[in-house]
Amino acid sequence: MKARSLFARRLSDYLIKILSALAALIAIFALGWILSVVVSRGVSAFNLDFFTKLPTPPGISGGGLANAILGTLLITALASLIGIPIGMLAGVYLAEFGLDRPFASMIRFAANVVMGMPSIIIGVFVYTLVVKPARHFSGYAGAIALAIIMLPLIARTSEDMLRLVPNSLRESALALGAPRWKVTLGVVFRSAKTGLITGALLALARISGETAPLLFTALNSSYWMRSPKEPTANLTVTIFNYAMSPYPDWKAKAWGASLLIMIAVLALSIFSRWIFREKKIRKG
Amino acid sequence: MPKLSPFQSRSALQNRADLAFRGITVFCATVLIIIMLAIFFELVRNSGLSIKKFGLGFLLSMAWNPVTQNFGALTSIFGTVVSTIIAMIIAVPLSIITALFLVELAPPILSRIVGIGVELLAAVPSIIYGMWGLFVFAPFMADHIQPALGKTLGFLPLFQGPPMGIGMLSAGIILALMIIPFICAVTRDVFQMVPAAVKEAGFGMGSTTWEVTRKVTIRYGFRGVIGACFLGLGRAVGETMAVTFVIGNDHRISASLFSAGNSIASTLANEFAEAAEPIYLSSLIELGLVLFLITFLIQIFAQLWLRRIAKGMGDRL
Repeated sequence: MKARSLFARRLSDYLIKILSALAALIAIFALGWILSVVVSRGVSAFNLDFFTKLPTPPGISGGGLANAILGTLLITALASLIGIPIGMLAGVYLAEFGLDRPFASMIRFAANVVMGMPSIIIGVFVYTLVVKPARHFSGYAGAIALAIIMLPLIARTSEDMLRLVPNSLRESALALGAPRWKVTLGVVFRSAKTGLITGALLALARISGETAPLLFTALNSSYWMRSPKEPTANLTVTIFNYAMSPYPDWKAKAWGASLLIMIAVLALSIFSRWIFREKKIRKG
Repeated sequence: MPKLSPFQSRSALQNRADLAFRGITVFCATVLIIIMLAIFFELVRNSGLSIKKFGLGFLLSMAWNPVTQNFGALTSIFGTVVSTIIAMIIAVPLSIITALFLVELAPPILSRIVGIGVELLAAVPSIIYGMWGLFVFAPFMADHIQPALGKTLGFLPLFQGPPMGIGMLSAGIILALMIIPFICAVTRDVFQMVPAAVKEAGFGMGSTTWEVTRKVTIRYGFRGVIGACFLGLGRAVGETMAVTFVIGNDHRISASLFSAGNSIASTLANEFAEAAEPIYLSSLIELGLVLFLITFLIQIFAQLWLRRIAKGMGDRL
């Protein structure tokens, strides 16, 4: 083996240490840069009108995004109503019944594939499935698209969380004569509660920032939503439209909407991590 | 027929309830398979018009003209490939040495803080990257990075042309930022799985940290790192909003990384809602089908690969 001087070895070691610290610094710096820009530009767009008024026609300043805020909340809530129960039950199948059966691994495979699908493909899919036959864009279509994105995320995290529940707990409940469904919903779910909530919150965080699947499902609107059967205003598509517009006032509003979305997403993901850690610490 | 005792009838009822419960969970799980198959089926069905008219030539045609209704996928595929390559070239080494920093070098407190920061980078929505990219990063590129690159490496066709800020290079760099957290997270897990005894043996031989990393940690976790890169690749290929904001959205193939281009996802995001003619819409959906197939293949490969490693390492990744 070729001998290298101690100096050269120490030097390369030192250089790599600096480089790797630098790489970590780049990631942190980028995060700080993005957050600070969004906060500083977004805050100046915030005022009472921003939260309470409808958008103004192009070029006229003033107004707000109240309808888009409401629309995003509604679409997200609808998507969760569809996505969370189905996803959790799919997770129950994988963790409680499927285990290592071939059918269960097929489902895991499908979940991973759908999870890895670009969200814009989900948008195209829902367009062809819902929007095209109905001949109009709708809030429902947007909610379905987001629910499809949530589904595999919730299914996989629920499976992982349910699997952490010790088998002895299931066995003792079954030995007492409780039926399987009661064991799962009453005992296993309760024991895995924190984990399940964390998974749901993370999925919620993921979809509340999604834009691509809403572009041609929910579309956008400058009016109050009367029913989810109509095109529904939402914050993320509004950001896209306003950012590409030539009006400074609209661009300012796009920054305001960005800040709102970012606060929601980061709050959700930090909160979910926090409750998960709390639980772990209390247990450990 | 003997009458069922109360106990027996109750247990029959319970059996039925259990069967129903199990049936419901099986149904919910099957929904996932149905969705995967339905996406493929719907995309194929709805791109039929375009497949019939343009055939395989669609993939190799540079045309994109809604007026004459002549469409081809080549410019979009080119943009997707180029922006992804730029992103991978930047993200892979950065992610690996960042993971190295987190696992081997940083003191535990710093490692946790930086780790959380990198995770939050993954939580930032795509559209926020887009806003930052278009209004902050692209002007920065135009004023500082691109002129400098033009001066030093301008003899290469890659770095020629006016520094506009937006374009392939900026899109690739932002994509890199977006996939670093994914590659870094898996790489970190892989590095952490390397048994301490193996590393300690290296240190015991008098190796420096970098020598142990290069010859033990990376070699031990090499296949896991490859799997991590594939996960990042799958992300980068389909990333939509951030790319749409900064790539420039021009149906054109250019040797220069400074020039505007488009990707499959950005073309869909920009044009889908406005496509009125059936053949236009159908061509866009066929673009979507191409993207579906690309990500599907990457997914299959990544999953098979990671499963093989997980078996080898005896742990679920």
